[in-house]
Amino acid sequence: MCKMIKLKKISENIYEIPKTGNMKVPGRVYASEKILELIKKDRTLEQARNVAMLPGILKASIALPDAHQGYGFPIGGVAAFDINEGVISPGGVGYDIDCSVRLLRTNLKKQDIINIQEKVVNALFRKIPSGVGRGSKFQISRKELNEVLKKGARYMVEKGYGFKEDYLHLEEEGCISGANPEKVSEKAIKRGIGQLGTLGAGNHFLEVGFVEEIYDEKTAEAFGLEKNQITILIHCGSRGLGHQIASDYIKAMEDEYGFKNLPDRELINAPIKSRLGKDYYAAMACAANFAFANKQLITHWVREEMNYLFPEKKPKIEVVYEVCHNIAKFEKFKINGQVKEVCVHRKGATRSFGPGRKEIPPAYRDVGQPVLIPGSMGTASYVLVGTKKAEELTFGSTVHGAGRVLSRAAASKKLRGSEVKSSLHEKGIEVKAGSWQGLSQEAPQAYKDIDEVVRVVDELGISKKVARLKPLAVIKG
Amino acid sequence: MKFKFLEHTADIKFQAFGSNKEEVFENSALAMFNAMSHDIIKSRIKKKISVKGKDNESLLYNFLEELLILFDSEGFFLSKLKVKIKENKEKKLEAEVYGDSAENYNLRIDIKAVTYNEMFIKKDNKTNKWVAQVVLDV
Repeated sequence: MCKMIKLKKISENIYEIPKTGNMKVPGRVYASEKILELIKKDRTLEQARNVAMLPGILKASIALPDAHQGYGFPIGGVAAFDINEGVISPGGVGYDIDCSVRLLRTNLKKQDIINIQEKVVNALFRKIPSGVGRGSKFQISRKELNEVLKKGARYMVEKGYGFKEDYLHLEEEGCISGANPEKVSEKAIKRGIGQLGTLGAGNHFLEVGFVEEIYDEKTAEAFGLEKNQITILIHCGSRGLGHQIASDYIKAMEDEYGFKNLPDRELINAPIKSRLGKDYYAAMACAANFAFANKQLITHWVREEMNYLFPEKKPKIEVVYEVCHNIAKFEKFKINGQVKEVCVHRKGATRSFGPGRKEIPPAYRDVGQPVLIPGSMGTASYVLVGTKKAEELTFGSTVHGAGRVLSRAAASKKLRGSEVKSSLHEKGIEVKAGSWQGLSQEAPQAYKDIDEVVRVVDELGISKKVARLKPLAVIKG
Repeated sequence: MKFKFLEHTADIKFQAFGSNKEEVFENSALAMFNAMSHDIIKSRIKKKISVKGKDNESLLYNFLEELLILFDSEGFFLSKLKVKIKENKEKKLEAEVYGDSAENYNLRIDIKAVTYNEMFIKKDNKTNKWVAQVVLDV
């Protein structure tokens, strides 16, 4: 379908979709030749081109090496808009608002876990609700939920589920300001209220792994990471609450503005300064805060369970960082020599700020923001560090994962869940999933090669490799 | 054939069929729940739902979304249903839906949202049959 889109090679790993027709800016694709071939297989490039037609878009519509076809905007896409003339789009954020990743470091070592992986995976699977339709054991009143939506991880810490140091080490310190629960519909509340403290299904997971390799000693030290240390990676989002907020505002924006003039119905948007634009942001911030709180509660349960499993080790579990994946943010960048506040949409993309930015926790400010890139189940996950180069090239953004290549249906047909489990077992990875089907759909073969994706972003310099994490025990929804 | 699933890189795409508009709506709902579980679902619970839409697509979107909300908030899993559509200036759908508590079944996938992605509902003039296409964000 993308045959009609001509690409111009700018330099190694950088391609341009030249500005034509109604495009307001060119498209920029960051990919190796190998990855580009995969990207060309679906509608990614066409979608990146369509995004370039939206009002107020700045510099370029960007597709990162993990890009694949999404809803309106490609996943693995970045677009920044002028605050006065630009728009905000629920499709540019995605349905799973703030689907995000938190990394925990521990004082445990690889050898503490290596022979009891199955015990660990079973214990965590019992402790943390995951899978389709699994509600939370954590009951919360409507009034408390409003506090969660306003305050995010901070509220959970206030309630005793964690420490101040936890939220100080999250993107936005675990709370996006401007959240207003009044802008969240009853339907969204109904879907979300029973889901706080659940992983969900799909690509969401909790992974116990270890630091297999360190590429940058100084930065790893700043992040508190060392070789063979046990780490825990949590990947989940705002659950049904966020999905419903996205849906509600897509409908409201369609009613208000119509979609006849859009290159694609799914690019529905509202001016940033409009009532609906502001309302969507206030509701989206609520979903993000729900996601921060969700992972805070899961972190608390992980601590409880690890204390129970390793009483003699007195487990010390600390937050390294949490990055948002599907989000719109107001951030400042230098554009044509002038510092300007813009609205950055990161859909399946991670913020990647270089050293010195005030948004980075003081402990990491000298080295840059931690960037967490989960791989697919059987491969590796990476810790990278943000760079100034990212601020120049990609509005301070980098990839969020490997990106799918195989549809869920094709993966299910091709691979059996039980085979996926046993092949992972042979590689030394224990996995427990809510369903075999879920497992086969998220098999490593369904994704691009994470090593290649990370190699490209490191080469481009939009984030630099710090450490590689290898999974030992994985819980899937 | 009530419905069939099609290839999509990241999400779930299906086409549902029917000899009239009501039936294509019914089969779309069954397809969505079939994506979540292949178990045979008992009809223990009966509910009535009603949604509105400004065109066929938004009516289908709102209908499927309503079922998704019932699933997320009450654990309601659909087994069978009867749909009635009234068409005036605005379209209105009323449905009697039967099903069971989701916890009694093996569920395979979590649906995040119904989308307008590649969505259509149309009558094939050759066959006189209705067909709807839906992509679910999972």
